[in-house]
Amino acid sequence: MAQAAIASTEQYNYDIVRKFTIMALVWGLLGMSAGVYIASELAWPFLNFDIPEITFGRLRPVHTTLVIFGFGGSALFATSYYVVQRTCQVRLYSDWLATFTFWGWQTAVALGALSYMFGITQGREYAEFEWPIDLLITVTWVAYFWVYVQTLRRRSQPHIYVANWFYIAFILATAILHIFNNLAVPVGLFSLKSYSLFSGVQDAMTQWWYGHNAVGFFLTAAFLGMMYYFVPKQAGRPVYSYRLSIVHFWALSFLYMWVGGHHLHWTALPDWTSTLAATFSIMLLLPSWGGMINGIMTLSGAWEKLRTDPVMLFLITALSFYGMSTFEGPLMSLKSVNALSHYTDWTVGHVHSGALGWVAMISMGSFYHLIPRLYDTRMYSTRLIYVHFWLATVGILLYITAMWVAGIFQGLMLRSFDDYGNLAYTFVETVAFLHEPYVVRALGGAFFVGGVVVMAYNVLMTVRRSRIEAAELEAKLAAKMARA
Amino acid sequence: MIKHESIETNAGLLIILTLIVISIGGLVEIVPLFFINETVEEVEGVRPYSALELRGRDIYQREGCYLCHSQMIRPFRDEWLRYGHYSLAAESKYDHPFQWGSKRTGPDLARVGGKYSNEWHVAHLVNPRDVVPQSIMPNYPWLLETELDFSDVQDRMRALKKTGVPYSETQRELQRNIDEFGAEVAARLDILHAEENLMQQALANNYDGQRARITEMDALVAYLQVLGTMVDFSKYDEGYFTEFR
Repeated sequence: MAQAAIASTEQYNYDIVRKFTIMALVWGLLGMSAGVYIASELAWPFLNFDIPEITFGRLRPVHTTLVIFGFGGSALFATSYYVVQRTCQVRLYSDWLATFTFWGWQTAVALGALSYMFGITQGREYAEFEWPIDLLITVTWVAYFWVYVQTLRRRSQPHIYVANWFYIAFILATAILHIFNNLAVPVGLFSLKSYSLFSGVQDAMTQWWYGHNAVGFFLTAAFLGMMYYFVPKQAGRPVYSYRLSIVHFWALSFLYMWVGGHHLHWTALPDWTSTLAATFSIMLLLPSWGGMINGIMTLSGAWEKLRTDPVMLFLITALSFYGMSTFEGPLMSLKSVNALSHYTDWTVGHVHSGALGWVAMISMGSFYHLIPRLYDTRMYSTRLIYVHFWLATVGILLYITAMWVAGIFQGLMLRSFDDYGNLAYTFVETVAFLHEPYVVRALGGAFFVGGVVVMAYNVLMTVRRSRIEAAELEAKLAAKMARA
Repeated sequence: MIKHESIETNAGLLIILTLIVISIGGLVEIVPLFFINETVEEVEGVRPYSALELRGRDIYQREGCYLCHSQMIRPFRDEWLRYGHYSLAAESKYDHPFQWGSKRTGPDLARVGGKYSNEWHVAHLVNPRDVVPQSIMPNYPWLLETELDFSDVQDRMRALKKTGVPYSETQRELQRNIDEFGAEVAARLDILHAEENLMQQALANNYDGQRARITEMDALVAYLQVLGTMVDFSKYDEGYFTEFR
């Protein structure tokens, strides 16, 4: 056992995976707590406390940045570094470059979050980082690409496993999106302010090409990569269909890049662009469900695992939410549905059924598989994994149900007329209606964060136990040596 | 016919093919927007922001107003009644970045200019519930207390000029602006007189109700009051703008 542990630490660079995994949990906890806080600000505005740094407008990018780039990003670095080593059966290329990606990424996330609180922002959703941080991210990302590709090239297997295709697509697409969406002219070399190179309609289209593909490649393709490794591993069965994985990989990569315009239906964006985006959004349902089916059907013949293995529950629930939100997405991209849903909380609910249901659940399931292997022990408590699962699931359901009610009813209220053809409601009447859904949403978020707290405790105890076990083993070994 | 196996065993090929596949969508949808003339309507009146309005816009972005307020009215009957004429692409052609927004936790602001008095805006920003009891917007009392920093306003205008906004520095550029926007507007777009113009606009209009000071409130209210007011829609036939959609 000890021999095996030592051999595996030499064979693979697990240290970098551990670092990213722990930071994913730290950012997740912080970012999701920030989410609960801003959700509460909408329900009870006094929580803004007249403190500029914590008003909704400044804290909201802190929430999105910490969960997308802090939690999601660190989870992707961790799992991609793990998966590429395991599937290529080779140690990660260059320890120091990998460590550089760790510090580069963590610094960017931390600086980003702090800078928004002080009002330093590009004012582009999910791309609020000002130009110096953008440069840091670019350098880090190039290093990441290099580490990943060099590891692939050194593989001792002829085939590149499907999970790596998705990680590669994610790394490439994110690089392109990040660079083009952040083209800006700084006010000065020592100024933290810059102005976007593009304006108006072109700027809007670039931003939502970025914005939707941050979802498509950062939050979907990459997490599909995660899914393609951890679901078969945890199920102990091969991927359901090899052919399906090929078809849906290329279709997903091609189609996603077209759909950003559906964020701009009925705006000053030309109709041809938004119609094209809607068309591709509908088509995107097919490769999305291809991935979902491939993941869920991997369990075929081993369904009983859902009864005995809480990690499997996380993974399969994640895929179910993935299927649901990739059905809801194309629905909302229809112009007639979008006319009602756009600008409302329905969109917010949709994002969270993807972000909490798919991204967070698949990451947490993967972590529960990963962490015992990284620390060469078992999870401290299986029971707590169940507790986490139910807290998370109930939280998500409360959240998205509240947002459906909020979004659909607000949409209906805003477009209703009285018998004389006048508007039936003022805007602020719809705001007053939203109070109760907002309270329920904050509660749902609190449930979800509660689950993360349980997970953090479970992981902490697991790490502690692994240290005790290692110390005991060493003591035994030392005693043996002394006797000999 | 190449076999998929040859892609799976060749990292370079996988990378190149992936790059091609992910580039097409963006190229087809974004690049033409820069070249098709009908994308942005031909319309009179849209001008770059004055120095004071620009600083107000920076504050609007700093506080994250765009996260709860859109600036993009859609061509629907309810939005027409609530907010006014639907937004034109031309109206945000000097907006770096665009502020169309994606969520209306509060109402659209694309045509909020001139709808309320300066006093109303100040009261509303200091404590929204004083004027709209059910509002859930945060208070922004510090805007009224903080002196506006406009020390680098020229640099800001120069940066925007590099992106294509017609602020002027040379005599020739000034003349071009006079031809396009008229002498009065052109004078306000002159980078070399930015500070004077800013102070003059703030003092003349006294947006924040405090004569002696130029605060961030002056800048933000100046910005809000110009939103959606540049195009005179009575000058155009109802059908004119549909040609561009």
